[in-house]
Amino acid sequence: ETNKLYCTSVKCCIFELKAELNSDKKEKKKEAVKKVIASMTVGKDVSALFPDVVNCMQTDNLELKKLVYLYLMNYAKSQPDMAIMAVNTFVKDCEDPNPLIRALAVRTMGCIRVDKITEYLCEPLRKCLKDEDPYVRKTAAVCVAKLHDINAQLVEDQGFLDTLKDLISDSNPMVVANAVAALSEISESHPNCNLLDLNPQSINKLLTALNECTEWGQIFILDCLANYTPRDDRESQSICERVTPRLSHANSAVVLSAVKVLMKFMEMLPKDLDYYGTLLKKLAPPLVTLLSAEPELQYVALRNINLIVQKRPEILKHEMKVFFVKYNDPIYVKLEKLDIMIRLASQANIAQVLAELKEYATEVDVDFVRKAVRAIGRCAIKVEQSAERCVSTLLDLIQTKVNYVVQEAIVVIKDIFRKYPNKYESVIATLCENLDSLDEPEARAAMIWIVGEYAERIDNADELLESFLEGFHDESTQVTTQQNTQVLHKHTQNTPDSDNPDLRDRGYIYWRLLSTDPVAAKEVVLAEKPLISEETDLIEPTLLEELICHIGSLASVYHKPPNAFVEGSRGVQHKRLPARTASGESAESPDAGQSVGGVSDAPPAVIPSQGDLLGDLLNLDLAPPSASVPVVPASMQMGVDLLGGGLDSLIAVGLAGGTGGMPAGLGGTPAMGGGLGDLFDLGGGVGMATGSYVPPKAVWLPAMKAKGLEISGTFARRGGGIHMDLSLTNNAMSIMTDFAIQFNRNSFGLAPAGPLQVLTPLAQNQTIDVSLPLNTNGPIMKMEPLNNLQVAVKNNIDVFYFSCQYPISLLFVEDGKMDRQVFLATWKDIPSENETQYQIKDFHLNSDAASTKLQGSNVFTVAKRTVDAQDLLYQSIKLTNGIWALAELRIQSITPNYMTRLRTRASLSLSASLWVQFAMLYDCGFLEGLDHFVVFP
Amino acid sequence: MIHSLFLINNAGDIFLEKHWKSVISRSVCDYFFEAQEKAMEPDNVPPVIRTPHHYLINIYRDKIFFVSVIQTEVPPLFVIEFLHRVAEMFQDYFGDCSEVAIKDNVVIVYELLEEMLDNGFPLATESNILKELIKPPTILRSMVNSITGSSNVGETLPTGQLSTVPWRRAGVKYTNNEAYFDVVEEIDAILDKSGTTVFAEIQGVIDACVKLSGMPDLTLSFMNPRLLDDVSFHPCVRFKRWESERVLSFIPPDGNFRLMSYHVNAQNLVAIPVYVRQNISFFESGSSGRLDITLGPKQTMGKTVECVVVTVHMPKVVLNANLTATQGNYTYDPVTKILVWDIGKLNQQKLPNLKGSLSLQSGAPKPEENPSLNIDLKIQQLAISGLKVNRLDMYGEKYKPFKGVKYVTKVFR
Repeated sequence: ETNKLYCTSVKCCIFELKAELNSDKKEKKKEAVKKVIASMTVGKDVSALFPDVVNCMQTDNLELKKLVYLYLMNYAKSQPDMAIMAVNTFVKDCEDPNPLIRALAVRTMGCIRVDKITEYLCEPLRKCLKDEDPYVRKTAAVCVAKLHDINAQLVEDQGFLDTLKDLISDSNPMVVANAVAALSEISESHPNCNLLDLNPQSINKLLTALNECTEWGQIFILDCLANYTPRDDRESQSICERVTPRLSHANSAVVLSAVKVLMKFMEMLPKDLDYYGTLLKKLAPPLVTLLSAEPELQYVALRNINLIVQKRPEILKHEMKVFFVKYNDPIYVKLEKLDIMIRLASQANIAQVLAELKEYATEVDVDFVRKAVRAIGRCAIKVEQSAERCVSTLLDLIQTKVNYVVQEAIVVIKDIFRKYPNKYESVIATLCENLDSLDEPEARAAMIWIVGEYAERIDNADELLESFLEGFHDESTQVTTQQNTQVLHKHTQNTPDSDNPDLRDRGYIYWRLLSTDPVAAKEVVLAEKPLISEETDLIEPTLLEELICHIGSLASVYHKPPNAFVEGSRGVQHKRLPARTASGESAESPDAGQSVGGVSDAPPAVIPSQGDLLGDLLNLDLAPPSASVPVVPASMQMGVDLLGGGLDSLIAVGLAGGTGGMPAGLGGTPAMGGGLGDLFDLGGGVGMATGSYVPPKAVWLPAMKAKGLEISGTFARRGGGIHMDLSLTNNAMSIMTDFAIQFNRNSFGLAPAGPLQVLTPLAQNQTIDVSLPLNTNGPIMKMEPLNNLQVAVKNNIDVFYFSCQYPISLLFVEDGKMDRQVFLATWKDIPSENETQYQIKDFHLNSDAASTKLQGSNVFTVAKRTVDAQDLLYQSIKLTNGIWALAELRIQSITPNYMTRLRTRASLSLSASLWVQFAMLYDCGFLEGLDHFVVFP
Repeated sequence: MIHSLFLINNAGDIFLEKHWKSVISRSVCDYFFEAQEKAMEPDNVPPVIRTPHHYLINIYRDKIFFVSVIQTEVPPLFVIEFLHRVAEMFQDYFGDCSEVAIKDNVVIVYELLEEMLDNGFPLATESNILKELIKPPTILRSMVNSITGSSNVGETLPTGQLSTVPWRRAGVKYTNNEAYFDVVEEIDAILDKSGTTVFAEIQGVIDACVKLSGMPDLTLSFMNPRLLDDVSFHPCVRFKRWESERVLSFIPPDGNFRLMSYHVNAQNLVAIPVYVRQNISFFESGSSGRLDITLGPKQTMGKTVECVVVTVHMPKVVLNANLTATQGNYTYDPVTKILVWDIGKLNQQKLPNLKGSLSLQSGAPKPEENPSLNIDLKIQQLAISGLKVNRLDMYGEKYKPFKGVKYVTKVFR
């Protein structure tokens, strides 16, 4: 009988069904509606039956009513005029004595996404929100969210949001939970209005409801609690105590939401508190339990554990074994477990971990095996004591001769060589035996690197490299780049004057370089390699903090902040972990020092490649640009002139790779992604401001790090003087007085020219703007980066330290216009090694506008020439310390690209890296809104 | 919240779709199919798939992909838990969660999905409540319905949904009042060659089947509750009483449910019920090896170890095995290189032994590693952790229920 519901021919169905729907017999009608629903469910279009089905709505048979409602929800959108016919019945049903019918009606009405109907919905909804029956109220709460989705303005105008807020204090926990859920959903599209106004009273209500509502309600309430910031550690502890029982819930989503609340609130607890330790212990078992659940749940749990392990490794440090891979785990679980194993690897457990990893490397799944081999390499880099064992394990794996294992092993051995130079070269012979089996670009590149790096220890290095060269033209750029560098590398090391015609044929570009300037070549190619960092894939600390606040969410699965990917999230607010505030803490509080200590415990920023930029760039770091790294703007590809034009493309590849390899070091600031071109565009309008470049104010000292004092500021050059413009905000509970400021020694001797003028005490929530004049008479010390400034600010509470970076254009003085003749002479005088070139792409300013704009920042145009449809601007800059910089700006009128060449005197003895920085700063300094040099390492 | 649900079979047919908000085109599933193709095996399809405008969160149960579509930030675990609940509900209603069963009951499925979510918010996910709202299909009822014209839909308000015990329906009546508890423990252990425990843990669950009239309030106490340090409970369990008195106090749902699950991983507490003496060696010359495995009962607390199966993953070079078993049968699959020795009951007096030679691929280097042994077993009437139920008391009702507890120990997965 039921199979009849599946009818094959739609046409015959519609015709027959129409007749049945209009039948007098109630039973036949119902069967017909059932058939209609069945067809609809499998995706058949039965919308033509709309009027006939709606006619069946006026019935006292609950099942029939439900079925018709189901149909209505599906098709009302496509038949809005017809749907109006149903309104009256809805309104009537909302007053039915049976609460089930009232709830059903209000529920269905909200699902009919037709504007005309929503108007009629308001009155019945208002009644239902205040219905005596909690079942109706809880259904109505969800209906507000539905209505908001259809017509947000209407919901606000009708005051439904306030009614919804009132429901948070409802006597029935289920109503509370649904109100919270509805408000959360609404506030997602309303980031600015604080719908969930949480205060200790409402928190208490939520905590009470938490114990009594359904598991789903508990998730909503916990997620809502996580947005609250307790006033002090006592409140924080009491919330934690009431949330901890949720860790024992059978529903894993409840558990994870509870973990989120606890992870966030324990941030506020003093570490020496007994309860803090207890809480840490309580967090491990539920996380372990999640790993015995279904694989899909495990996957999400593992992604979150990955974050938790980074934030608080102590929680799971003894649980390594639960992350061991089981042979029947789905691949996505295996890969995640591997990740966490590496994070938890330490000297204590490394033997066990290595044994496991070796096992995994013999499994069948290629991706997994590769990752396991990589993991062995990561262990070697992370736990120095284990490096030797790792290397021998890798050698064992190479002996298996399984092609992809060998290749992967060689790639990681290269990294081990980089981390521990000159330690394990005894294995090179074994590596060389496997030369022929390498067919993947990364492995070949790694092998070439090794051969080149240890060239003097390999007798036949020439031959080996030559064997690679045979396939030169077929290789990927990654390999060729590496090849060229290493061929060159070998020659600079051994016999720079040797004349090998074969090599010259193939690598003539390099050869030219070698024969013209071997010293420079050596400098470039043998530049110091940046050390490889221990954990290259750690999440940058601020992002990690934000992600901890989003445990259990999609953001936590993708390890990206929610605004990075949730469609239609109209500006999600960034969440931060709360700072620790002790209860009753005052200015005199004896433990005031602790809160600072608590903050400074945060892991230091990870800068994987701290080596100087040029070294890094030319070292052709082969780390492929990871997806998370924004596209490197073309302007960063500084083709170094001394290498000659033929090299440009190769170097460019290397540069892109190189910069890609140092993602976190750039502070993860998305500003990079915009690229210079965009910014040029922004500032490129006609009649733009001609003043000097002033970066927007940035927060230098967040309140959480300074007991409530927040400092943001910027630098400006005004009237020939340098100013530091500060905004001081008091977010603390007490008044702040006695401000003073001091600078550490810095590259250009910046120092305050007077005291910090904060005359009146700073009251709570008050902000004051101060402009501090600076001079350049202070003591000098070279800073890294060059434009870094370390500042100490004192008030009546404590002394706080922060560092900030100023735009180098701050130091461009007003009398920086060089005489034409002097310019010409100086330009020729400066050796070409002192020149940097870089390109600015997609730049739509004409040369006059650019010139005017630059002049605003004391970059003076000395002369202008037009050659081959290119405008050449010759410009001079003088720094406060008397250093001159000369530039040639080449503007192509056809393609919107700029080429800049920048020179200073050799006597400046700026190292190459500083040069590049300087060039970058020059580039950014005059561009409005361009703050990306701030993130420059 | 949860926007839509698509049910997809192994052949890639979308055989059911349900939208709780606006309709989302089926074409969104193309992203799923893409991921499915890439994953090769259905088990390996990643649970969360990102598409340009949506997220697809899916589970794979009983050869069906449950693919849900979400549009805003929703906790993925929330969605996955819900999908599991949907699969369980189909199982509960139709006896099995298969494509055929779902298609046969498509209207009930639709009604169920409608009751389970409202605008993407979970509404009623407890089997007790759903059964009150929508009667499960039975052959008898569908016959009666078609004669009398009555329906599957309950006419009463689902009272449970509003009470503080949402998991229990009101007015339950049984002639025989009974409550059964199954303590099921799964042991997961790794031993090294000498028999020392490298890793051991016990995953335990207590499954209950409670058929009691009215509103019984039960208290279950253990002889040794201290064993349990990592527990997760059914929502009905009062956590406060557990924390203070270590007893399980609860008003049970009606019917079958999982009362609690727990974890024992302190290694000294995990008794290993059997011991193994094994020697698998490969000779340098002659392309052969020897195998000798003996099993014996260890800490079984006087209970019989049953269904013992030993599985050995042999190195790739092992071509064949020529063995003699003193008990049970063995098979060796030269393709998968898996040796299976099905022993059955473990005899205390005469220990089972498997002995003989292995032939290796000639010329291949001798395998270095000793192959690992997997042992499967089952022990009735014993919870290997030693957990014992002390007593079950009932308050709130006057009748005397029939009570029973069953223990069983198995090997993890």
